[in-house]
Amino acid sequence: MAGLRGAAAIVGVADEVSPTGELGSSGRALEAAVIKQALDDAGLTLADVDGVCHSASSMGLAEYLGIHPTFTDSTNTGGSSFEVHAEHAAAAIAAGLCEVVVSVYASTPRSDRRDGKPRRRPDLGVNNPLVDWELPYGLRLPMAPYAMAATRHMAEFGTTSEQLAQIAVSTRAWAGLNERARYRQAITIDDVLASPMECSPLHLLDCCLVTDGAGAFVMTSAARARTLAKPPVYVLGAGTCHDHSIISQMPDLTTTPGVISGANAFAMAGITPSDVDLLMGYDSFTITALLHLEDLGFCAKGEGGPFVEDGKTAPGGSLPMNTNGGGLSYTHPGMYGMFLIVEAVKQLRGECGERQLESPEIAVAHGSGIVLSCMSTLVLGTEATR
Amino acid sequence: MSTKVPADTPLRMEPPISPGAEPFWEATRECRLVLPWCLACERPFFYPREVCPLCLGTAIAWRPATGTGVVYSFTIENRPATAGFSMGKPYVVALVELDEGVRLMGNIVGCPPEKTEVGMPVSVTWEALSDGRHLPLFEPRREENAR
Ligand SMILES: [Zn+2]
Repeated sequence: MAGLRGAAAIVGVADEVSPTGELGSSGRALEAAVIKQALDDAGLTLADVDGVCHSASSMGLAEYLGIHPTFTDSTNTGGSSFEVHAEHAAAAIAAGLCEVVVSVYASTPRSDRRDGKPRRRPDLGVNNPLVDWELPYGLRLPMAPYAMAATRHMAEFGTTSEQLAQIAVSTRAWAGLNERARYRQAITIDDVLASPMECSPLHLLDCCLVTDGAGAFVMTSAARARTLAKPPVYVLGAGTCHDHSIISQMPDLTTTPGVISGANAFAMAGITPSDVDLLMGYDSFTITALLHLEDLGFCAKGEGGPFVEDGKTAPGGSLPMNTNGGGLSYTHPGMYGMFLIVEAVKQLRGECGERQLESPEIAVAHGSGIVLSCMSTLVLGTEATR
Repeated sequence: MSTKVPADTPLRMEPPISPGAEPFWEATRECRLVLPWCLACERPFFYPREVCPLCLGTAIAWRPATGTGVVYSFTIENRPATAGFSMGKPYVVALVELDEGVRLMGNIVGCPPEKTEVGMPVSVTWEALSDGRHLPLFEPRREENAR
């Protein structure tokens, strides 16, 4: 499968976060600011943009920016939306529908709460199976479905709370190297286990943060990418799959559709897990990251617990995972997938300061949306890998 | 951890009746659990909908379910999803696999939350809704109920 390999490249990225968890702007203004940063990063201007992706309103965004794109994508698959946008953008660029695509995300749940703004709730609509068959049981979202996945994984494979906690500990160690992370102080397995049990078996420190945050990427053709400001980061492979929307419809709570999105993306890129220098795997909860390790083939199904136990995903380990500090310790404004891409690109360009990996060439950004529902995998690589 | 809940707070969000699910909810008025079966596939499916999710067929028969199954997975929610739920006390949300092979969500009642286990045999029990329907819940299967 040749697919999209090397046809397009990410040429600009930016993200806005704060150690306080709060940002000073929001909405379209924040989106515009982070788009400007990403375009500056690429050495492009708004006039170059002819494709727009947004997880709710690509038309509204384009109007606000005053541009007239020929490629538009408002796909929303929850937290994996931005990996899907990257996949679609690469396909559109390869097909000649457009040349320069911007995707953006901004959300400020933390400062909204501080300001007493009503919490933004998804529109439940009518004929929504979630309302009919799950919410009457007091299902706490998004936490409870992930907790049920963890319970099942423990029952089937003997995975322990300590093993899940190790993921939080290793990720916090990465955050300690990132001055922009929300939480940087080292934690231990005992700290995780001593934090309040929210939805069993998940403790508070098994769960992602709630912070403000914004990010954007700019993608263009491989040919144009080589003329721009920064080293191109090529899209080597992309794959997406969803197999349910609500948790009671998930075929197997211990296996995500990442098995398919990952296999397709890796096949397109012509790589295996051992080629991956960095895994940015969406860590909404510790169990989420553990499932990615298994489903992407870094270890066998059921062996995620023993796999993470020795800290191999922490600084200095053999499989660096979530080097920005992840959704668990860096930032998590609600749909975190954008930040996976931004960090992967910065690592491949060597821009990560104290936490910079040694000459990484291949990074995987693996987004997870809704309740383990939609997985989208991007394989990104440097010039040497193209 | 207990939350102080005003007395008039509804305990549950009551489910609407979506198209395709009318016979399901009608049967609950008599505390009967029925499942939609596709006549072409000869298989039950859940949740109820207007067409079979395997073949898109619309010939659907409603057949009684045994009401017994096992806990596929669960979580103990220590903080309620909404203020009034469970009067602020910890409660169990589970996925139950019925003997017929379909999976549905329910609360596990009739035992302390911490006694719930994956694989635990359960049988359906009912909680009255405000409009005469009942909501299916599950409780540990007692010996006399076991088949
Ligand atoms: Zn059928």
